Amino acid sequence: MSFRAGQRRRNQRFLNALAWFVLVLIALPAFWIVLTAFRPNVEINSWPPVWVPQEITLDAFATMFGLNPDERMRVPVENYMRNSLLAAGISTAVAVSIGTLAGYAFARFRFRFQTAAFLGIMLSRAIPGVALSLPLFILFNQMRLVNNIFGLAAVYIAMNIPFSTWLMDGFFRQIPQDLSEAAYIDGCGYWSAFWRVELPLALPGFATAAIFAFLAAWNEFQIVSVLARSAAARTFPPGLFDFTEQFTFDWRGMAAMSAIMMVPAVIFVILVQRNLVSGMTFGATKG
Amino acid sequence: MTLQAQVQSGSSAEPEQSFTDGRISARWFPVFMLLPAILFILVVLLFPLIYSLYVSFTPYELLKPNSLKFELARALRNYQRLFADAIFWKSVGNTIVFLFLSINLSYVIALGLSQLLARVTRGQGLMRTLLMVPMMFAPILVGFQFRWFFNANVGLVNNLLFSLGLMQERGQIAWLVDEPLGMFSIIVASIWMNLPVLTIILLAGTLSLPVETFEAADVDGANSWQQFRFITFPLLAPFSYIALTILSLDISRAFDIVRIMTDGGPAHRTELIWTYVTRLAIENTKFGLGSAMSWVTVVLAVAFTLYFFRQLVRSRVVR
Repeated sequence: MSFRAGQRRRNQRFLNALAWFVLVLIALPAFWIVLTAFRPNVEINSWPPVWVPQEITLDAFATMFGLNPDERMRVPVENYMRNSLLAAGISTAVAVSIGTLAGYAFARFRFRFQTAAFLGIMLSRAIPGVALSLPLFILFNQMRLVNNIFGLAAVYIAMNIPFSTWLMDGFFRQIPQDLSEAAYIDGCGYWSAFWRVELPLALPGFATAAIFAFLAAWNEFQIVSVLARSAAARTFPPGLFDFTEQFTFDWRGMAAMSAIMMVPAVIFVILVQRNLVSGMTFGATKG
Repeated sequence: MTLQAQVQSGSSAEPEQSFTDGRISARWFPVFMLLPAILFILVVLLFPLIYSLYVSFTPYELLKPNSLKFELARALRNYQRLFADAIFWKSVGNTIVFLFLSINLSYVIALGLSQLLARVTRGQGLMRTLLMVPMMFAPILVGFQFRWFFNANVGLVNNLLFSLGLMQERGQIAWLVDEPLGMFSIIVASIWMNLPVLTIILLAGTLSLPVETFEAADVDGANSWQQFRFITFPLLAPFSYIALTILSLDISRAFDIVRIMTDGGPAHRTELIWTYVTRLAIENTKFGLGSAMSWVTVVLAVAFTLYFFRQLVRSRVVR
């Protein structure tokens, strides 16, 4: 008996060690990128490779924000930053609001063509950005919206509506229906039952949907790389692409820019970690 | 009519005012709530998409504005040219290989990892945080990272091989250039990107399974492989399909990775249908031909999503 218990403990210890090994392997690349941003160029490009950092420096970040007198950044990072924040911020606010209204309609009402409407909205999410960017460019070209940040934000609004609708539909379904029924009996109309009773309860869901929408817009590359032709109109993702297409490779500068690009995602993943799983798997077993 | 709609609506209690004071009824309220979403999607997504179908039947080139003209006799020229194009078929073949390997390997690794994580006794919280690290990366960032790691001269992979004594010279293995290493590299990058979402959903599914079933199986003498094969795996089906549906909504993210890692090259070795759209339309400014190509990607994406979504619905019914 004690032999089997010992065997079981050894197995468990092996499982734990294996899990740690795999997860560290998965997370290590990200750590390496951030570390590189703080290392001097000589170390990054040296041969044979230097593994243990000998020196930590903030030079790359100083260069990026124009604080380094010896070196100028070769891409307009301030523009990327402003455009990314504007496009992601505007589109998140509008898309999640619209998605909340739609999600409430799907969660609380039965109406004709409901399944078709839901499927249609979800399928519109599957359209590849590459396919969409082309006609949008032709149309925006005629409407003089190319290089316009609000034109881009409008596209991101439409692209973010489906997922917001889906998430909010799930969050509203988790709220017991008795509450809205009680509100109806107390004399509320449909709108005030939604606005005064159910929306406040769904605010955590609203926040989760906002985070997903913000990140989707912040990370988007396919459409903005076609719709923003000038360097000044670009966001971070096409900016990073332009950076890698420069004549000389500034790996450290690119790593520093990558680290900046990760900041919102790092904050958000820490914030939603708890809700993430439930947000994505509801409806897996409930019809 | 109003009465019928109210009977259909989910709530048993209804706002009484809707009959009397002209407030919006149960019939029109959901329509009103859906209107902004549907309008936005129609105007910004669906209209351009249908417009691109029209463009795909014209010989439109950006530098010749007059070429945006529909002629019935020449309507199918773009599609004929595409289907006669050897590089088009190469990109289709590459895409099939890429999706098949990337999705299957991602799923198998995620399934194994979720079973491992479900049995871990210590530090599960920290492990889940580590697992979410790739989620902090934009697809373009994933591509950049692996472009750098697989770089022949300064990349992490070659540096590591050299330091471990497995490689003698600098830049000996050209990961992003040689065939089939280029394909291998982009598949590795895409698996790394897919893992967190798949694993998290499968882990949540595994943890939600009823404990009694496994206790009963234990009593019946089923070993752990049998328990996985005949209990865990079938019961995970809805979660698997939710994960694969989410994945299929984003298959074109591979474009971002490939565009920055190899840009489909060299000599179209890693050309996928998405990078080929860009090559035809943006680089060669042949918008008509590019639109025809982009419709190939639309059909593929919708077919994928519908397939997994239907499997999802079916697996829920069985349960």
